Amino acid sequence: MRYIPNSPEERLEMLRGLGLGSAEELFDSLPPDVLLKRPLDTPVALSEPELLERFEAMAAKNAAARRPSFLGAGAYSHYAPTIVDSLIQRSEFFTAYTPYQPEISQGTLQAIFEFQTLVCQLTGMDVANASMYDGSTAMAEAVLMAERVTRRTRVLVSPAVHPEYMRVTETYVAHAGIELGRLGFDEDAGRTTFDAAQLDKTVAAVVVQSPNFFGCVEDVKSFADAVHAAGALLVVVVTEAASFGLLRSPGACGADIVVAEGQSFGVPVSYGGPYVGLFATREKYARQIPGRLAGVAYDKEGRRGFVLTLATREQHIRREKATSNICTNEGLIALAATIYMTTLGRQGLQEVAAQCAQKAAYARRQIGALEGFSVPHSAPVFNEFVVRAPSDAAALLRKLASGHNVTGGLALGRYFPGRPNDILVCVTETNKRADIDALVAGLKEVQS
Amino acid sequence: MANVPEGLYYSKDHEWLRVEGETGTVGITDHAQHSLGDVVYVELPKAGETFEAHATFGSVESVKAVSELFLPVAAEVTEVNESLNEEPEKVNNDPYGEGWMLKVRLAKRGEVDGLLSAAEYEDFIKADGE
Repeated sequence: MRYIPNSPEERLEMLRGLGLGSAEELFDSLPPDVLLKRPLDTPVALSEPELLERFEAMAAKNAAARRPSFLGAGAYSHYAPTIVDSLIQRSEFFTAYTPYQPEISQGTLQAIFEFQTLVCQLTGMDVANASMYDGSTAMAEAVLMAERVTRRTRVLVSPAVHPEYMRVTETYVAHAGIELGRLGFDEDAGRTTFDAAQLDKTVAAVVVQSPNFFGCVEDVKSFADAVHAAGALLVVVVTEAASFGLLRSPGACGADIVVAEGQSFGVPVSYGGPYVGLFATREKYARQIPGRLAGVAYDKEGRRGFVLTLATREQHIRREKATSNICTNEGLIALAATIYMTTLGRQGLQEVAAQCAQKAAYARRQIGALEGFSVPHSAPVFNEFVVRAPSDAAALLRKLASGHNVTGGLALGRYFPGRPNDILVCVTETNKRADIDALVAGLKEVQS
Repeated sequence: MANVPEGLYYSKDHEWLRVEGETGTVGITDHAQHSLGDVVYVELPKAGETFEAHATFGSVESVKAVSELFLPVAAEVTEVNESLNEEPEKVNNDPYGEGWMLKVRLAKRGEVDGLLSAAEYEDFIKADGE
């Protein structure tokens, strides 16, 4: 950011040009009772070394950032190779703005095209867009798209979808004439249940998250046939993109629209953002996809280039009939995800996923074996799972943080009042075995 | 000069309607396809949908623009020209034949009286062009 200082002489010169005696006179037109009649209550100016010291002291208070953490629930701590940060900081990529002009934007457009290609490969779909704001808005857009494709207005959502994704979707569709219904839930399995009788000719889509909010992998394939027989679309939501490295792709399980949060790919967890939404679908629905699409084109000499394509779906052309009101997308974060996926490659993504799953399985086994603790859901998990503690989960987690320096996971009572003792634990490749053992030992102590 | 065949009904939105008893066929006129340029996509409704007169029943996209399609009269869609999905260029090449868009069942037979004849439509596009 550019800082433009001005000297007292320059300020006087500007005031003279305006015919004023002081900067305060600029505010003469304001009513006196709204003016602050004392100096602003701000600390005195510090020298650069003093400033650094001050911020280091403030950062040191942030103990939670340095203790082992088992928080997931939609935000996942994965290792990002340093190449991600150094490449996205190249000045050539320093615009989040839409590359409308292909003649000056080939690099950006090619990066978006590669992002779309990678998203298609991961999700098992034919066409992906240039990204959405985040996973939750991508889910909302999928619901709106299902209504456009089917011209039906009811959407059935799994109760094991991330509660915040659900709230965002409710907000998006509140005035779109779409009614959101709920599927059932099998408490023992930890999986969504589904009554074929719910699927009538008014249902536009069925929305399932896998792995679901409780970490359980859903049997997506078992939904697909019934959903398609009813003429509805199957929307699969993925909050932990690292799972693509291990689980069968949603496309192979019969999904019609796949939406995901891409934060796991090279983007640090940082107070809720920035995130990036992945959105992919079947080719036959490409005309109904929201947001931007980059495509390949050839010039008159047959040379390959990249352009924005199918732009007539978008609001700068279709106005109120556009498929979405998304404007500038999360271009830089999509670029980070592209570099991450390309750096790790197929094998790297599989290794990350395998480490996550193995470490989570170890943690789940160890905690489940603790006296008083149980693992309430039997379905297979990826890297998150629920453990049921013998007493109030939030209180246990506070004790664990203060007494054992471990952030133990999420107390599910925050979203589900009926689960006061349940903790959602997430384990990634960044959690060392010693961290997991410290978590287990800590849980054992705080509850006894 | 645009081709405006006799015997069809026309709307000021540049759709044509061929009436056979209680049923009709709908497409866009030669003048419309010419103004649009090369058609690359036609979005059509599903058989069974019903529309009021002048309602939007779909859209046609050319290399230049996207335009709404308006149904000249109230009707129920009985058939849609699915072949336009693969060959939208039929709208340019044969707007009154292979480029047809919908077959419909008319809701009110009398409504066609409010539409333009070939001669009236020709005058309309001539005035429009001036």
